[in-house]
Amino acid sequence: MFYPLAGVRHQSYVSDSKLFPVPTDRNLLIVLTVAAIAAPFLLSSLYLNSYVQPWLIWTALALGLNLATGWAGQLHLGYAATMAVGAYAAVHAARFGIPWEFALLIGGLAASLIGSLFAFAALRVKGLYLAIVTLAMQFVMDWVLNHSPAISGGSHASLQSPRFALLGQEIASGRGLYYVALGWCALVTVFMMNLQRTALGRALVAVREKDYAAAILGVNSFYYKLIAFSMCSFIGGIGGALLVATFFFLAAPEQFSVNVSIQVLAMIIVGGLGSIIGTYFGVALILLMPGIANEIIANLTSFLGLPLGNETLAHIPTTVYGALIIIFLLVEPLGLGKLYANIRDYFLVWPFDQFKK
Amino acid sequence: MDIAYVSELAVNGALTGLLYSLFALGLVLIYKSSSVPNLAQGALTMLAAYVVLALSRQLGFPLWLAIAVTTIIMFLAGFGVEKVTLRRMAGRPIVMILMMTLGLDIFIRGSTLAVWGGTSRSMELGVSYDPLFLGPLLLSRINLAGACVAIALFVAFLLFFRTRRGIRLRAISDDYVASWSIGISVEHGVALSWGMASVVAVASAVIWGEIQGVDQSLSQLLLKGLTVAVLGGLDSIVGAILAGIVLGVIENVGSSYLDLVVGGGSRDLIVAAVLIFTVMLRPHGLFGRHDIERV
Repeated sequence: MFYPLAGVRHQSYVSDSKLFPVPTDRNLLIVLTVAAIAAPFLLSSLYLNSYVQPWLIWTALALGLNLATGWAGQLHLGYAATMAVGAYAAVHAARFGIPWEFALLIGGLAASLIGSLFAFAALRVKGLYLAIVTLAMQFVMDWVLNHSPAISGGSHASLQSPRFALLGQEIASGRGLYYVALGWCALVTVFMMNLQRTALGRALVAVREKDYAAAILGVNSFYYKLIAFSMCSFIGGIGGALLVATFFFLAAPEQFSVNVSIQVLAMIIVGGLGSIIGTYFGVALILLMPGIANEIIANLTSFLGLPLGNETLAHIPTTVYGALIIIFLLVEPLGLGKLYANIRDYFLVWPFDQFKK
Repeated sequence: MDIAYVSELAVNGALTGLLYSLFALGLVLIYKSSSVPNLAQGALTMLAAYVVLALSRQLGFPLWLAIAVTTIIMFLAGFGVEKVTLRRMAGRPIVMILMMTLGLDIFIRGSTLAVWGGTSRSMELGVSYDPLFLGPLLLSRINLAGACVAIALFVAFLLFFRTRRGIRLRAISDDYVASWSIGISVEHGVALSWGMASVVAVASAVIWGEIQGVDQSLSQLLLKGLTVAVLGGLDSIVGAILAGIVLGVIENVGSSYLDLVVGGGSRDLIVAAVLIFTVMLRPHGLFGRHDIERV
């Protein structure tokens, strides 16, 4: 119906490595891109800047973590720490008078430098122990942020971010900030889509599947782990800087606590490890869920006439968030990306799905 | 600093450390039987403390009865959590299992706070707050009482692992495929270890609730418990006891020196540093087993 194809058959390596084996996928992406560019003129600024823009920024961040955890298979529970390094480095650079383009790059490079330290942990240990040591590094980073006035201004202080500007043009309007987020998210997405087609991407997947086996095949697993961590931290650092520069407008240590690391990990698990489209869905679900859950519960209680305390209402989003993670892991461990792929596979051969086997 | 002051810090640190071991015991019991790092142990501890308080305040049970009933409730809860969630994660990649325990942690924490609220309340065990003088040393009574409970529980578990059921659990932890093939119910053993870990959570909930009040901070014991468990070797009960004492002493003595340099709050830093160094230098801990990996 939507896909005028009867399955995908490759007859040459060139066609096998095409970005879009199915033309409909490409057309769908063009439509979505046009919609994303037109969004500021279609949506109210409330929706645009409090839902769509953070969704795009967090998606870029989650794609960065997906690179390390989904593609290269390295458990990373300290992602918020690298975000913090990027954000603070960029904000300090911008306050120093460096233009934002370079400040963002400085943030990204600083983050990838610190993030590579995590890779040295990955050289020694993996799996559970890597998760534990990255978690401990996250706690160390939290402590450093809270206890060094030179970086964060102290434990309860926040650091004002200077006005965001690109190419000498100050960007303050909601639409402008939205386009910045869109541009960055599109850049990361295109990078990730192309990564899958390169030798680097295949090497990362080989390391994920079994690092010893990859080493036997001639893939230097430590080198690729290092690359995975530094690329993931680079994306995380710039993402953290953009989050501060275009959304929060100030940097505070609480924005980069261990809960944020867990939240980004939850986004890519709910979305699907190693799935780009799934990351978009997962971020949307985890970001928007607290508001939706609160609204539903508030409506339900007023409908049933059961008054709930403020404290109960305040903690219900946390409960729903935890429940979402549990339900996804039990019902569809490959996440929303897999659900999308199932639907797509169904329609790919529809109405001749008896041929699929 | 004179020797008496340092030894006082060390003894108090060791007592606190035994309480960390008590928390870590729950992690070790579960890891031993199923190789699952239970990051929800903090939330289970918090839940246990709230259930004890709910029984004793809202239903008017005497405290000892409330603790006894909570033990039964938590045993069943731990049993059930394993049956419903972790059982179906067996054989999945470690990232999924870790995320499941994190999801459980968030879920249990959120629902406990949604039901009972987040304001701090006290356990009121009735242990006096007057310090205890032991020669030149000044000891905290509740820490001493807690350390006694911890040691009693350790002895109980060491004895338990010599009983028939305990030997089955040890077999499961050695090799669960082999245990399966000789007719040991691995599922039952793993669920039992979750139940026991939840019972341990009740003990640490009561004592830690008395020390630092019953609120969300109970779930943040996880980092210290995890550090003790990893330092001890993750699957060794004796390791957990010794590692707890070691960590408690390092933390208490070290922070009293380091606080002067960095201006306070260095406890968490020391714990995280011990965790990083343990994993980097000796991932299998003091008494853990080396794992040999198949390619």
